[in-house]
Amino acid sequence: MEKYAVYVPRLVQKREKFAPGHRACIGCGEALAIRLAFKALDNNIIVANATGCAEIFAGQFPNTSWQLPWIHTLFENTAAVASGIEAAYKAMKRKGIKLPDNTKIVAIAGDGGTSDIGLQALSGALERGHDFTYICFDNEAYMNTGNQRSSATPFGAATTTSPLGKKSTGQFSWKKNMPEIATAHNIPYVATATHGFPFDLMAKVAKAVATKGPAYVHVLSVCPTGWRSPTDTINRQARLAVQTGMFPLYEVENGIYKMSLDLPKLRPVKDYLKIQGRFRHLSDAVIQQIQERVELEYQKLLEKAKDGSKTAKRKSRTGAGKVPA
Amino acid sequence: MAKSESEQTWKDLEVGCIVTEPGSARQYESGTWRSQRPTYDFKKCIKCGLCQIFCPEGCIEPNKDKDGVFEADMYYCKGCGVCYRECPTRVITMVEEEEK
Amino acid sequence: MTTRTGIEVSIAVADAVRLANADVIAAYPITPQTHIVEHLAELVANGELDAEYIPVESEHSAMSACLGSAAAGARTFTATSSQGLALMNEVLYVASGMRLPVIMAVANRALSAPLSIWADHSDMMSVRDTGWIQIVVENGQQAVDNIICAFRIAEDRRVLLPVMVHLDGFNLTHVIEPIVFPEQSDVDRFLPKSKYPLPLNPDRPVAMGSFAPPIIYTETKWAQEINIRNSKDVIISCWDEFGRTFGRQYHAVEKYHNDGAGVILMTMGSTGETASVAIDELRADGENIGQVRLRMWRPFPFEELRNAVNDAEVLIILDRAISYGGPGGPVASEVKSAFYNQVKKPKIVSFVGALGGRDITVSGFKNLIKRGIDIARTGSKNEYEIYGVRE
Repeated sequence: MEKYAVYVPRLVQKREKFAPGHRACIGCGEALAIRLAFKALDNNIIVANATGCAEIFAGQFPNTSWQLPWIHTLFENTAAVASGIEAAYKAMKRKGIKLPDNTKIVAIAGDGGTSDIGLQALSGALERGHDFTYICFDNEAYMNTGNQRSSATPFGAATTTSPLGKKSTGQFSWKKNMPEIATAHNIPYVATATHGFPFDLMAKVAKAVATKGPAYVHVLSVCPTGWRSPTDTINRQARLAVQTGMFPLYEVENGIYKMSLDLPKLRPVKDYLKIQGRFRHLSDAVIQQIQERVELEYQKLLEKAKDGSKTAKRKSRTGAGKVPA
Repeated sequence: MAKSESEQTWKDLEVGCIVTEPGSARQYESGTWRSQRPTYDFKKCIKCGLCQIFCPEGCIEPNKDKDGVFEADMYYCKGCGVCYRECPTRVITMVEEEEK
Repeated sequence: MTTRTGIEVSIAVADAVRLANADVIAAYPITPQTHIVEHLAELVANGELDAEYIPVESEHSAMSACLGSAAAGARTFTATSSQGLALMNEVLYVASGMRLPVIMAVANRALSAPLSIWADHSDMMSVRDTGWIQIVVENGQQAVDNIICAFRIAEDRRVLLPVMVHLDGFNLTHVIEPIVFPEQSDVDRFLPKSKYPLPLNPDRPVAMGSFAPPIIYTETKWAQEINIRNSKDVIISCWDEFGRTFGRQYHAVEKYHNDGAGVILMTMGSTGETASVAIDELRADGENIGQVRLRMWRPFPFEELRNAVNDAEVLIILDRAISYGGPGGPVASEVKSAFYNQVKKPKIVSFVGALGGRDITVSGFKNLIKRGIDIARTGSKNEYEIYGVRE
């Protein structure tokens, strides 16, 4: 086994942009996802970060894990701050101020700072078409403040503000589809990814940053602390989320959908739900409800992807609509 | 190294409390958190590097003194066990951390 | 040679921003600031101002985008009023705490409820403690001059604080006044290029906005407080330099016939000019009366104020905002506290009036002053007087 065909460390750059010594929970999927996402990029990045797990564990003053220029201001305004940085660089370059070439702006936030309190700023920034990348690290609740529900919390999950009780069986609404909302803004690139498939995640982040205009990447980040699941199997949990169809991996390039993974048959959602404490209370009836809805959503996505591949074939025949580099 | 937090005066602070040392978190010993630690059967290590990819801390490096097998830096390792799960040749076993 | 132009003050403010060569403007329209941001959009669209204009989707995002822009080292401007100022409230604290030079024109307007688009200072008072440098103007010329000074003050290495320039909504923003614009070349000399010391730049990575645990938080706030206090000297020297260069001198406390005056009226904002006419008329009748107009609201100019009014027996203060259930007009409360420890101090009478766009006329001021003198003599069971309410 000396000359192994794939020597994985050769495929990624050695330099850590996110130094160890951070205070993420043991087995934090978000820390892993951030580490991977920024390994896919060069050093010409400015990071705007929302308040949340990543911002807190990355550094208590005077420590920081970041080896890139980084700014944190508030919870709900990352996209607006990123817009300001992007505009500033544009204006300063035009006025002849010496700045590094090809600087890219990456805004990162959790599901709270994206789909709830930060939705307005994100929508505005996407609509205005700033040249930046927005990465949502989705651990499916307001984890940093202690596992309160967000609009990204999946149906049925128990959190502290959607707890189990005599009158409640956990989260009462279906997970808000943020990638679809981003796609509805007509931006050039939208993708979903997870740290369970690290090379896919890295490729998508690199593609998003290279895209001219706004790009949105939604990264499922397993939180063993909040999800009440084992710390060592975070990647298996992430992969099951994909394989059961609960978190499909796909890209939307200029409105054309493309599935990232060919799944001839979805695994039953029960495989994913039963290994997490937050779903342990679900009855078979509710699990069946979830199963049906997941299948329905996945079918809709496959339909869009099928249309997408038809459109792609048509465009490649006529030569129109090149994907921006 | 800079003054410790409890010694810094208001005059020592950078404007706007900007941190000018990238990666200064490296001084924090997150390894004190762990309740279990990885142990290695390096004969089985094929140096694929998957553990390095999957470590949430980013503290696994090829050990030059051990012929390049991948080993976690115990200063940072929190004992999550992800490397144990992702290793394709089962090099790693997680054992309880001893009381010091 | 500079000429006087008759121009709407909002337009003039936008032109001042053009003269200052701002890099980024991120603003959301709100009456009565709209003409400022509309004219800025026009200037950018015509290429007369080379800047990025971000039509943000709310005031909270406007100030947030300004944070990003200032952190990247660009010259940044925005404008707002009342509800917008209230909406961006949390971001204002961040701008000053992170020491990011953002310049903002505030067209003072009453805060809801009930909804009012007309002038008063409730919005100004709601952001009193945000840590911004705050300058108040009484007319269009002062607005233009202080916008230009604001850029220089904010970006000065010794200051690095955001600056608000307050001008009354409608009373100033929507009136046409004669204004002298400085020459572009003179402004270029007066305003050095913005040079933030540690901007966001991949060549030199910095981390801005880490959270501070209790062991260090007090030190960070004290550093901020010392900094805003020390910025007073920079503001005054900037005004001195402006006076030498352009011939118009500004002070923290503007004085009008206050030397030897037994009774002094204190105002802030455009009502001051109407009050000056009343002062003239009273003086013509033989009254020993003067006026001071507060220009530097934050940092509060303790020394200058005490020097300006210390010899008066009565100081009547007009506030354009109420602190509900509190000790009266906010400005009067601060002035009272500024004199508390002094051995010699005037009797301070607090009036609240001119709320929500209700103007006080010249004769109105004369009545107010007369009432103030009475109260100073007889005392009052009220903490403060409301002027002009129908009872």
